Amino acid sequence: MMIINLIGLSLIALIVWWFWIKKPQSFQASSAVIEIIVENGVYTPARIEVKTGQTVKLSFVRKDPSPCAEKVIFDKLNLSFDLPINKPVLVTIKPEQAGEYTFTCQMKMYVGSLSVSD
Amino acid sequence: MNSYRLSIGGMSCAGCVASVETALNSVAGVEEANVNFAEHTAIVKGDMDIADVISAVKLASYDAAELKGGADEDEEKEAVEFAYYRALIKKAWVAAIVGVPLFVGGMTGFFPEIDEKNGQLIWLLLGFLTLGVMFYSGKHFFTGAWKSFRVHNANMDTLIALGTGSACIYSFVIVLFPDSVPSLARHAYFEAAVIIIGLINFGSALEMKARGKTSEAIKRLIGLQPKTARVLRDGKEVDVAISDVGLDETLRVRPGERIAVDGIIIEGHSSIDESMLTGEPMPVEKNVGDEVSTGTINASGSFLFQSKRIGTDTVLAQIIDMVRQAQSTKPAIGRLVDKVASVFVPIVLILTVITFLLWFNVGDELAVSYALVTAMTVLIIACPCALGLATPISIMVGVGKAAEMGILIRNGDALQQAGKLTTIVLDKTGTVTEGKPSITEMQAAEGVDVMGVLKVGASIEAGSEHPLAAAIVNFAKVKQLELLKVENFEAVTGQGVSGVIEGQRILFGNAGLMKNNAVDITQLENKAQELSLQGRTSMYLASDGKLQGIIAVSDPVKKDSIEAIKRLHDLGMKVVMLTGDSQSTADAVAKQVGVDEVIAEVLPQDKAAKVVSLQQQGEQVAMVGDGINDAPALAQANVGFAIGSGTDVAIESADITLMRGSLYGVADAIAISRATLRNIKQNLFGAFIYNSLGIPVAAGILYPLFGILLNPMIAGAAMAMSSVTVVSNANRLRFFKFKR
Repeated sequence: MMIINLIGLSLIALIVWWFWIKKPQSFQASSAVIEIIVENGVYTPARIEVKTGQTVKLSFVRKDPSPCAEKVIFDKLNLSFDLPINKPVLVTIKPEQAGEYTFTCQMKMYVGSLSVSD
Repeated sequence: MNSYRLSIGGMSCAGCVASVETALNSVAGVEEANVNFAEHTAIVKGDMDIADVISAVKLASYDAAELKGGADEDEEKEAVEFAYYRALIKKAWVAAIVGVPLFVGGMTGFFPEIDEKNGQLIWLLLGFLTLGVMFYSGKHFFTGAWKSFRVHNANMDTLIALGTGSACIYSFVIVLFPDSVPSLARHAYFEAAVIIIGLINFGSALEMKARGKTSEAIKRLIGLQPKTARVLRDGKEVDVAISDVGLDETLRVRPGERIAVDGIIIEGHSSIDESMLTGEPMPVEKNVGDEVSTGTINASGSFLFQSKRIGTDTVLAQIIDMVRQAQSTKPAIGRLVDKVASVFVPIVLILTVITFLLWFNVGDELAVSYALVTAMTVLIIACPCALGLATPISIMVGVGKAAEMGILIRNGDALQQAGKLTTIVLDKTGTVTEGKPSITEMQAAEGVDVMGVLKVGASIEAGSEHPLAAAIVNFAKVKQLELLKVENFEAVTGQGVSGVIEGQRILFGNAGLMKNNAVDITQLENKAQELSLQGRTSMYLASDGKLQGIIAVSDPVKKDSIEAIKRLHDLGMKVVMLTGDSQSTADAVAKQVGVDEVIAEVLPQDKAAKVVSLQQQGEQVAMVGDGINDAPALAQANVGFAIGSGTDVAIESADITLMRGSLYGVADAIAISRATLRNIKQNLFGAFIYNSLGIPVAAGILYPLFGILLNPMIAGAAMAMSSVTVVSNANRLRFFKFKR
């Protein structure tokens, strides 16, 4: 009984740590085009690190036919793009301020982020 | 590496080829650029942004546009989506074919108990059958859940995979080790796992069908683009694919045909139905030199026109692009929900663990079984989709519906603001009135020739950009007067113009200009007063400080302004008219159209300040203007409306663009914005209530009071239907009726 309770509580701690505290492995942006695959509910890679003022080119390739994946929205940057299936969409961004810029589907289930640092 | 085909305009000689190629090669990422002079096209290859390439060519003083076919893409998309829909339905059927007998067999005691003879074997076989169905119908939930877990994300897949997965694993444990739980708790949940998977696939399919309808407006706009065009090449008329029509080509349009690209009429005339773009039902007369737009229909005559904008540069393409962009934005209320949605799934996971522990600790000997069922039900009933869909799906339908009426809403914020407006400020000229003034009266001072007054007035106004100036110059042309040379021309903002003609200093403008220059106007002042009471604008002409005469100009009120302002009043708006005209002229127009307040004699640069002062009185202000002269006021207002006349309106300039030059558009925009906001609120309320009632019920809150526990399969059905309900509610907006 005690063991089950302990497992339960640590599970809660794990959920908090895994989903809210730990950040996904990030991908260092170079000058080349970064291909982001949109499939199975995730952007791969889901986190991209860039320096402020660096031009970053993201090429979104949507493989998921469900309508959930049909748009990618950069909320803070006021940008949105329609993603046709299997056709790359090139997004060029030059973030001027440091911070986390998330990009998501319309329902925030697909989540990725552009981590911009000085 | 990408490859693009461009149409290049303005290349007159082979020498241009080199300069265009240099411009193309100067763009970072371009690896290969070839210009074809005969076709006036270029092929560019490399990893670059096509927008950079086009601007490089434009910088080199040529024109460029991408050549591509857009319609095929959408057909392909529809085919893929339909295949996906079919796959979902098939998966739902397979799950139902296995799940329903499992469920019925379990209920009726057709299958033996696990601890009966052969029971274990039969249930093990049923377990493997379940696994097979889960693999076929539910594999995508599990891969999705695992992939998002790896990137520290959780979504709907996570909830479904955990819910059905745990039911399956628990059932296998019961079947393989029945002694691990008390005998009453020995119940396997294979049927629940299969039926839930089936229901959710079915729900997704329905949602997809309903979603297809939400983008009908944009599909209709895309459908306006013809697939072929009739082009004059080498003296012959040939039909070519739209993606092959370049810039500066000559196209033939016959009666009843749709116009393929934007251009200017070079031969013939016709009346053109622009209602699909502007919402204006009356056809518009077009002659040589007038612009025609892609997607509009040539009603009667046959004419030739030269292509000026193609591909993504046409007005139609810009409208489609703007509507698409707007459909993806969210108003402020939506952003709050996004915050909830982004932490929703982990919170549900935590609630699931808590539910499990509560039941496990307080329950009787069946505790494990109850703990599992309630935890599973919580996972299944929680629906982040309904919450996440609530706002964007209504915006999608609302913005699209508005576009059908020629109302282009820039983004969700503009829509939310438009729903909250209290005061509408209308610019007079071109907004309330036609903006096409004409001369109604001329009177010369004693001993002066009236034609002389017109001749001098027209000469000095020839250099002015004021709309009244055009009326006077045109009238002089009609009278076949030859204009005189003007020196030292100067425009005095808000007052008029001055200059020197044949050695005499000429002043032409309002009473203020005359007063400032000490011109005595008493002789004609009464006449001017009388004219302005009829809503006419009088301008005084003086030569070397001596009054010569007055010219009165009238700008007729648009025929539907009166009705439209009445509708604004019905919507509870206070209507204010703002103008640079004299108080008495403005009052006359105001009386005619019935506005509540007039602010006259405002200099153009002070319009924004007037908007500020209304805002300081606590009003939510909309400014309606042409978007060019009153840009600062439009920007200052809570919502800036640019009102166009036909397709030549500057789409980029305002929060809301009215393609049709009627004030009805303002009332329509407010009405559709209110309806959309109401729809969003219904959706959000529904989704919140659903989740905040559903989750506690699933967790068993009703059990202590009424002994009710929710069946996980009912939770599955509720979850599948919740997002369908949200999408269907948003679809109701498609039937929104604009008042006529």
